[in-house]
Amino acid sequence: MTYRSFNRWLAGAALALAAGLGLAGSAAADDDMTFALISHAVPGDTFWDIERKGAETAARQLGADLIYAHHPAAGQQATLVQNVINQGVDGIALTLSHPDAMRGVIAKADAAGIPVIGLNSGLNEWQSTKVFAYIGQDPVVAGAAFGDRLNTTDAKHVLCVNHEQGNVSLARRCEGIEDTFDGKVSTLYVNGQNMTSVRSRLLAKLQQDPSIDYVATLGAPYAMTAVRAIRMSGRPVSLTTFDLNSRVISAIERGKIRWAVDQQPFLQGYLAIESLWLKATNGNVIGGGQAVLTGPSFVTAENVDQIAAFAKRGTR
Amino acid sequence: MSDTMTEQDNTARAPGWGQRLAALIKRPEIGSVGGAILVFVLFFVLAEPFRSLASFSTVLYQSAALGIPAVAVALLMIGGEFDLSAGVAVTTSSLAASMFAMQVAGNVWVGVGFALILSLAIGALNGYLLIKTGLHSFLVTLSTFLMLQGLNLAVTKLVTGNVATGDISTLSGFDSARAVFSSYFMIFGMSVSIIVFYWLAFVVIATWILLRTRIGNWIFAVGGQGESARAVGVPLNKVKIGLFMGVGFAAWFMGMHLLFDYVTVQSGEGVGNELLYIAQAVVGGCLLTGGYGSAIGAAIGGFIFGMTTQGIIYAGWDPQWFMFFVGVMLLLATVFNAWIRRQATRG
Repeated sequence: MTYRSFNRWLAGAALALAAGLGLAGSAAADDDMTFALISHAVPGDTFWDIERKGAETAARQLGADLIYAHHPAAGQQATLVQNVINQGVDGIALTLSHPDAMRGVIAKADAAGIPVIGLNSGLNEWQSTKVFAYIGQDPVVAGAAFGDRLNTTDAKHVLCVNHEQGNVSLARRCEGIEDTFDGKVSTLYVNGQNMTSVRSRLLAKLQQDPSIDYVATLGAPYAMTAVRAIRMSGRPVSLTTFDLNSRVISAIERGKIRWAVDQQPFLQGYLAIESLWLKATNGNVIGGGQAVLTGPSFVTAENVDQIAAFAKRGTR
Repeated sequence: MSDTMTEQDNTARAPGWGQRLAALIKRPEIGSVGGAILVFVLFFVLAEPFRSLASFSTVLYQSAALGIPAVAVALLMIGGEFDLSAGVAVTTSSLAASMFAMQVAGNVWVGVGFALILSLAIGALNGYLLIKTGLHSFLVTLSTFLMLQGLNLAVTKLVTGNVATGDISTLSGFDSARAVFSSYFMIFGMSVSIIVFYWLAFVVIATWILLRTRIGNWIFAVGGQGESARAVGVPLNKVKIGLFMGVGFAAWFMGMHLLFDYVTVQSGEGVGNELLYIAQAVVGGCLLTGGYGSAIGAAIGGFIFGMTTQGIIYAGWDPQWFMFFVGVMLLLATVFNAWIRRQATRG
């Protein structure tokens, strides 16, 4: 068995398994289109679950099949893309958090006549690759909007809590806040896969620097841990966050979190698959050469009621 | 084993202080005590916020959170085996308790019981596979580590439709379970987590088992000379399976703390912690080859680690360099630790 045929066999086995578990939906008929969503998600990240639901919803509505695969390491993600090229899918949506590592496989897909769309990360790099469009939030724009909003409060010193050191778009959110916020911005790195350390390190930072009066977490699960850390510090620190989940929404309702910035992951996944379908069936190109932005949209005490119902079913 | 004997011999001859001191500095954990003092003094001098009691309680919390599984891992390592699945096994236990309570039982205590049985079963499975396959525990538990990691993600998605568990704080029994696994006490004006006391209790129990019971003798024996221990009648298989179940129990306990303190659990958590547990045991004097080590040492190893990760933040060092500083401090503590141990055993 050659490597490639083994690969194909493996992909086939994986598909059969997915179909067996009821994840891939209805059995593929010959004329059905198949799209792939390949992300850099860390396993178990709630944010990516919503992104995937958006893509699945679009695929279902279009009567298409969706293959979802992810790996946080650049090389592995490129291998996943190569796999779906070998399978001959009709379009690929992929995240460009490691744009240089993706350049080669994107060119291969292009040569094979498979349209590729970028989503979620890679705002500054997508135009230099062969993806035909890009859907996402500009982390700098989101960070800047965050900073502008902080200027309307009495905030003087904001702590930006980054749960994944080395992730470009998370770092840019903090930089965006620095660009527009008039006060001081500090950064704290925590290990997102170990909640006790997230809380201990945040608490330590609050104890170490008494001038911090606002905390900005970069992911929803970490905001809930920050609520606890702030309470344990016994200090009047306000909490704000990027991204949403149902517990963040209820914390906004209870006034524990001032606001959350939503980049609408469902919309990203949904639009990416829709755009691939339109490109494949009608030659349409979305965005006119510019990125299609899905955020930032602010969730505050004023509008939280409308969004709560959607978050409860796991789509916001 | 040899320690109990020396002490019995000594009581017959009513030892002087000199002999007792000599026996004390030959303990496996003596080096780590030196390492802990070094790290403590360093941060006490360099980091002003480190000196406050509130900071100390945060250090203790972080040490206990890593230290509870490390106590069981230390016993296992003295018995000559590794467990790479311990980090994700903690997450498995909290996920199982949460989902079982939510989907099946409606009461969190039933979920807690279910998770305990599951965690002990995972430990027993590790031990059983080890004995049946005859492979090194490094490979066996690496396999179970990967399987558990996959199961955590897949089963959570299958059961809840999401990648994190739901909010269990409204289920019956939540308040009493939270009181048991994650309450806080005010002591000298600092808020101390209950897991710090459990951690100390586990260390005492593990030390008692190691030094004062027949099981303790067996653990040292199977780790030191496995086959000859079996030849003199030590139930090697039972001891090893029991040690893996001990790790399962500690994983369950830590999992329950995470669940009731943080309410929801993300299914990808816990990866990487298994190496920290092993590192603490080794810093505390356990040999990678088995047959030698102590539970107190593992606790001191946990304390060194807790002081380091927190101390770097209290010192206000550049956050970009955080992981590098952790590595440097750990290396420093371990080198100092080995040097003290050499001095002690030479004398």
